[in-house]
Amino acid sequence: MISFLFRRLFSSLPVALLVLATCFLLVRLAPGSPFTSERALDPATRQMLESKYGLSGSLPQQLARYIGHVLQGDLGDSLKFRGRTVVEIISQSLPRSLLLGSISFALALGLGIPLGAWAAARQGRPTDHWLNGLALLTLSIPTFVLAPVAVLFFSFGLPLFPPAGWGTPLQLVLPSLCLALPFVGICARLTRSGLLETIGADFIRTARAKGVSEKSLVLLHALRPAILPLVAYAGPLAASILTGSLVIEEIFAIPGIGQFFVSGVINRDVFLVSGVVLIYCLLLLFFNLLADWITALLDPRIRLDS
Amino acid sequence: MKIRLILFMLGGIALASLLGPWLSPYSVSTVSAAPLSPPSLAHWLGTDLHGRDLLTRLLYGGRISLLVGLVGASVSLLVGVTYGLVSGYLGGRTDNAMMRLVDILYALPRIVLVIVLITLFDLKLKGLLDGSWLAPLAPHARLMLLFVGLGLVEWLTLARIVRAQVLSIKERPFILSARLIGQTTPTILFRQILPQVLPTVLTYLTLALPAVILEESFLSFLGLGVQAPLASWGTLLADGASLLNPIQTPWWCLLFPALLLATTLLIFNFLGDQLRSPKK
Repeated sequence: MISFLFRRLFSSLPVALLVLATCFLLVRLAPGSPFTSERALDPATRQMLESKYGLSGSLPQQLARYIGHVLQGDLGDSLKFRGRTVVEIISQSLPRSLLLGSISFALALGLGIPLGAWAAARQGRPTDHWLNGLALLTLSIPTFVLAPVAVLFFSFGLPLFPPAGWGTPLQLVLPSLCLALPFVGICARLTRSGLLETIGADFIRTARAKGVSEKSLVLLHALRPAILPLVAYAGPLAASILTGSLVIEEIFAIPGIGQFFVSGVINRDVFLVSGVVLIYCLLLLFFNLLADWITALLDPRIRLDS
Repeated sequence: MKIRLILFMLGGIALASLLGPWLSPYSVSTVSAAPLSPPSLAHWLGTDLHGRDLLTRLLYGGRISLLVGLVGASVSLLVGVTYGLVSGYLGGRTDNAMMRLVDILYALPRIVLVIVLITLFDLKLKGLLDGSWLAPLAPHARLMLLFVGLGLVEWLTLARIVRAQVLSIKERPFILSARLIGQTTPTILFRQILPQVLPTVLTYLTLALPAVILEESFLSFLGLGVQAPLASWGTLLADGASLLNPIQTPWWCLLFPALLLATTLLIFNFLGDQLRSPKK
């Protein structure tokens, strides 16, 4: 286990750094400068600003300086939100996005798995067909279509929930539901197909022959291997929820990390953009690692250390 | 039976988008005296903030949305299939290096990559086009970047799928025979192996199309994709969403784009499902 963690850490770090470097270079290569948003600056001022923020010299020099700072835990200053460091911005906004994301993640799994299991138990019957149709419907409607329509119906049509904002539990309901719903369908489908595949396996027939009740057959014997594809999907799922949260934050005016990212790209705020991409990348790598680890826990045939 | 109905609907949406703007009595940018009027006989789906006919704009936006989907999916197909073929067939170290690159690109949040790509190279491409004989295309630089950019992030999965298939196909006897009669590697790749992976690739197309349409709408919704005066389903949806407020709710501006977009995506996903599930 420990050696697996270390190996993954060593192979992941270069990836994260490569992503960070690519992002930094892309933003620096882009036309337009973060300092010339309204009027042209005279060269002297510009030079001063550039050296103040560590953006002077050739591109490789800038990159090397930036990577050096990042390795020491310093993500630089935001160029647009003057006087705030990127670490500050991220540490304020990330918890909000993470809270929203984890509620949606829990909803996607918490609704998707039971619905999928239910469909599998009623295979070929009307319930199954209806649930399948429903799953296809939810996974076809993207978050940014669902969210404004939900606001239209449940904030303006029926004034049940506040249409935007952050702070009260009631304000969390619509955003987290809208973010989760497309993934409920995907999780339900994965659970259903996984279960149907294991139900046909030999060890299930043996268990049934031993007289195991139908309920514990599904819950104790079949669910564990059946859920493996779902666990493998959990990594990409977390990533999709992260990027989906970009648009949800925009619609519901939630001051999360996604809003800062979008404004960062528009303003060529190179340190902010790179910092947020680094966080996205690290979270992604972490979730993939977690998914691999849980897979190994569930499936005794997989050995992480070999 | 069900499939035929679905295909009919898809054809209807595509045809309406293609012909609709011609048939409609309104042009996309005609400003009428009745802003935000609800659906009526004169304006079947109502009008928007500037009094433009929503139906006309939706059909017009459909052209862009569907075109982005087609071009983007084709780009991803072209890149993904070629990459997968070469990587799988050459094998060994080349394969290893090529697949690591795919892994790295997978680790980048994809939509983020497109956002960075488009916002950053928009002006550069515009400048390039302006200076050349392609100058008339310059105003559409952003749209073209969007086409290519979306295709360029969607090819990864396809490359993996094709590579996995090539790995098994290249061990089959007919490939050995082709090598023995002296066919060159490109000939073997495109004449012998490509036809074998084509069914998988076509199935994948039904997944890539909605994915690209969705990403375009997503970007346009954030204000980073298609820009005014052009419209796509994504921008119309965004317009509709921005009009929502407690005092007056022009629901038609939001609901109709949402319905159209959701229906189209549903159709593609349904077709993909049908193609992938084994025949009964």
